[in-house]
Amino acid sequence: MKKIINKKYSVIYDDTTNTIICSGVMRLNGKTEYEPILQLFKQIVQQEPSQITLNLQQLETINSYGISMLGQFISSLERKKTIKLLLQGNKNISWQQKWINNFQRLMPALQFEWI
Amino acid sequence: MKQIFGEYAEETVKSKEFLKIGFTPNSTQLQQRWRNNGLSADFLADYLTTFFPIDDNEPSTLQRATELKGAVSYIANELLENSMKFHNPNDDYPITLEVKLYNEHLVLCVTNSISPANLLKFQSIIHDLEHIEPQELYVRQIKQASKNDGNSSGLGLLTIIDDYEAKIGWKFETIQTQKPTEQTLVTTMVQLSI
Repeated sequence: MKKIINKKYSVIYDDTTNTIICSGVMRLNGKTEYEPILQLFKQIVQQEPSQITLNLQQLETINSYGISMLGQFISSLERKKTIKLLLQGNKNISWQQKWINNFQRLMPALQFEWI
Repeated sequence: MKQIFGEYAEETVKSKEFLKIGFTPNSTQLQQRWRNNGLSADFLADYLTTFFPIDDNEPSTLQRATELKGAVSYIANELLENSMKFHNPNDDYPITLEVKLYNEHLVLCVTNSISPANLLKFQSIIHDLEHIEPQELYVRQIKQASKNDGNSSGLGLLTIIDDYEAKIGWKFETIQTQKPTEQTLVTTMVQLSI
């Protein structure tokens, strides 16, 4: 289990199920502040699990750099080709409704479900 | 000197409901000020819900109010973050954010000073937004952000236009000041249907 926990948000990786759970409000200041999360994502990709689940069900608010960070992670999986991605979203959170199509554009094989 | 880009509309009918926030970005630490962007954006979004009452017998009113709150919170936060990235750090000209409510739309405006170097960069971003297809620009910006060390995603204005179907425009104007001699201000205006 790897964790980044802040007052406003958390990113938790459960390596028994290969599930990343992002929650809360992510409005960090660009690459500088998102770097620890980007590094955690890189470490997970380097472990080369066959599938990763990215659970965004409780990620209520995000800024554009946060969206970019998730996009960078998804693009890195697309380049890798060997890791499947299941994205779990919340249809009541408007930014997720708007972004699922763009994430699928970055990784056409991405699987997606509203939970 | 004044230059207009995009869909920028000077106010012809006075708004009867509006709220304006102003602050000087250099007066507190960046980290603290950054946190205030989110607080200010959420406050504006909450404040506007007063004008969109929810009728328990009409589920669509709740959905509309929720959508509008989410949109205003996201857009106001992105406008504030942008203004802090592009403002001129060598002056103490305040950044202002204003929301104005009209019968059929609302307007969000942020005004900040801008340095000559940032002015060119900002106008190049506007050029890309006006000339490149959104889907192509999304992919390009995400790829660039992964290579760059900068703190800009290049997605903020693009998401406002494309995800929220908003009209956006910019006004650049030069004003006379005592120090140094003149200052360029940029106002970014976002119009949302309600």
